[in-house]
Amino acid sequence: MAETRLMTINMGPQHPATHGVLRLVLELDGEVIVKTTPHIGYLHRGVEKLAESKTYHQVIPLTDRLDYTNAMGNNLGYVLAVEKLLGIGVPKRAQYLRVLMAELQRIAAHLIWLGTHALDIGAMTLLFYNFREREEILKIFEEVSGGRLTPTYMRIGGVSKDLPDGITDKIKDFVRAFPDHIKEYETLLTKNVIWLKRTKGVGIISKEDAINWGMTGPSLRGSGVKYDVRKAFPYSSYEEFDFEIPIGSVGDVYDRYIVRLREMEWSNAIVEQALERLPKGPVIANDPRITLPPKDDVTKDIAALIRQFKIASEGFQPPKGEVYVGVEASKGELGYYLVSDGSNKPLRMRIRPPSFLNLSALPKMIEGSLIADVISAIGSIDIVLGEIDR
Amino acid sequence: MENSLSIKKLQEKFPASVLEMKTFRDEVTVTVPKKDIFEICKFLYSDPDLQYQMLTDLCGVDYFPQQPRFEVVYLLYSMKNQQRLRLKIKVGDSESASSVESIWKAANWLEREVYDLFGIPFDNHPDLRRILLWDGYEGHPLRKDFPVEGPDFDKPFVPEV
Repeated sequence: MAETRLMTINMGPQHPATHGVLRLVLELDGEVIVKTTPHIGYLHRGVEKLAESKTYHQVIPLTDRLDYTNAMGNNLGYVLAVEKLLGIGVPKRAQYLRVLMAELQRIAAHLIWLGTHALDIGAMTLLFYNFREREEILKIFEEVSGGRLTPTYMRIGGVSKDLPDGITDKIKDFVRAFPDHIKEYETLLTKNVIWLKRTKGVGIISKEDAINWGMTGPSLRGSGVKYDVRKAFPYSSYEEFDFEIPIGSVGDVYDRYIVRLREMEWSNAIVEQALERLPKGPVIANDPRITLPPKDDVTKDIAALIRQFKIASEGFQPPKGEVYVGVEASKGELGYYLVSDGSNKPLRMRIRPPSFLNLSALPKMIEGSLIADVISAIGSIDIVLGEIDR
Repeated sequence: MENSLSIKKLQEKFPASVLEMKTFRDEVTVTVPKKDIFEICKFLYSDPDLQYQMLTDLCGVDYFPQQPRFEVVYLLYSMKNQQRLRLKIKVGDSESASSVESIWKAANWLEREVYDLFGIPFDNHPDLRRILLWDGYEGHPLRKDFPVEGPDFDKPFVPEV
C-alpha cells in the first residue's frame, strides 16, 4: 500500500489574502486542514516598550498606528485610560465628539473589512463601493483633525479642536445617504448564491469556544454572545445613545458578516444621534496641570506660555496606581492597562489587542475544513497586523 | 464594593491566599501567591456564582530593580455578573509561573507573549515558543534593563538560510 503523508503548505507572510504580514503553516490531508500554525510578529515595532520612554501626551500618536483602520477608536481607549488614572472629567461636548468620531471610524473600518473580505472571496465590485464611502469619512476626518489615516484627534481631557464650520452638513449628508449604500452592498452579497456557499457553515466557532479563546467584538457576537463594551462598561456617554447589539446564531463566516453590516447601521444611527444632541461648551477640560492653554493666550500671557512649555516638555505626573480601560474598537475589546509609578512616563502600558486573541482562535475555527475556507475565515475575523504585532 | 462577592468567596475558599487587596479608581486588584494561581483561577472560572469565563488579558510588568521584579497580571471577566477582577502574582528572576492555558485557551498566546517579551516561562504550557520575535533572538525587550534601542539595533537581522 502506498504511504500517505500530510502535506505542509506555507501561506504568507506576503499574501494578498492574509490582510498584512501574517504567515500560516498549514498541514493538509488532501484538501482538509489538519493543523494550522500562525506565525506573527513581522510588524512588531515595540510600541509598548516605546511608550515607557514617552510622556503621557506623546503616546497618543503611537496609538493611531496600532490598528491603522481604527485610529480614532485607539486614541479614545488610550485617553480614557489616562483620564481614569488622573481622575479627571471630560466636557460633555468632547465626549459626544469622541463618540461621533469613533462611530464614523467604526463605519470606515468595517467598510475596509467588507471590501477586502469580499475581494478575497471573489466579489470585486464591492471594494470600489466601500472605498467610495470610506473616502467621504476620511475627508471629514481631514477637515476635523488634519489627518486622514492617523488623525491623533483625541487629547487627554478632551479633543484637539472643535468641529470646523460647515462640517456638520457634510456629516449629515453622509448619514442620510449611508443606509442606501448598505442596501447596495446587500443586493450584491446577502442573497448571492456564491457568497452563501463560501460563507454559510464555514469557519464555525461555538459560543463557549469563542469566549474561552478570548474572542471579542463582532467575531464573538457572530457566535451569539451579547457582549459589547459599549453596553457592558459604558464610557464617553455611550449610555445616552439608543442602539442595539446585533448578534448571530451559528457563529460562521456569514453570521459575522451580517453582524458587521448591522453594526454599521447602528453606528450610523449613533452618529446621527450625536449630531442632533451635540451639547454646547468647551471641547477640552481646563486643568492647568494637564491640558494645554488656549493657543491665543500663549502669545499674550506669560503664565500661559509657562504652562504650555511645562506640559509640552515635562508632561504631568499622575498618582501611583494602575487602571484598565476597555473600549469597543472595530475589531473587539481594545484595552489599555496603564501602570503609573508617579513619574511623568508610564511604567508600563499594556495594550490588549482584540485581533491578537481573535486570531489565536483561527486554528480552532478552520480545523477540519477545506483549504479554500481559510481565506473566508481569515477575512471574517477582520485582523489588522499592526495591532496584533504592535 | 462591586466585587464583594468574588472577594468574599475567594477569602473563604483560600483564606491564606489573599496576600493583598487594593482598590484604585474602583478597580479591585488581588495579589495571590504564585503557587496558588492555577487553583484560584480554576475556582473563579468554575464557581457557579462567579463564572469568570473570559480571560480578558494576561500581561507582565517589570518593576526592576525591586525584588521580586516581575508581576504577572490576570484580568478576568464574568459575563454572568458583568464584573472584572484583576489577579496578580509576583515572579522573581529566573522563576516560572503555572500556565492557566488549560482553563482559558486565550492564555495560550498571551502567555507566549509574556514569555517572549519578559522571559517568564510558564509550566505546563503546551507550546511555549517566542511569538512576536523570532526564535534565536537574544534578550527580552520589555525588561527594564533592556535598552530601548536594543543591543542589536545597528546590526541588520539576516536569517540563516
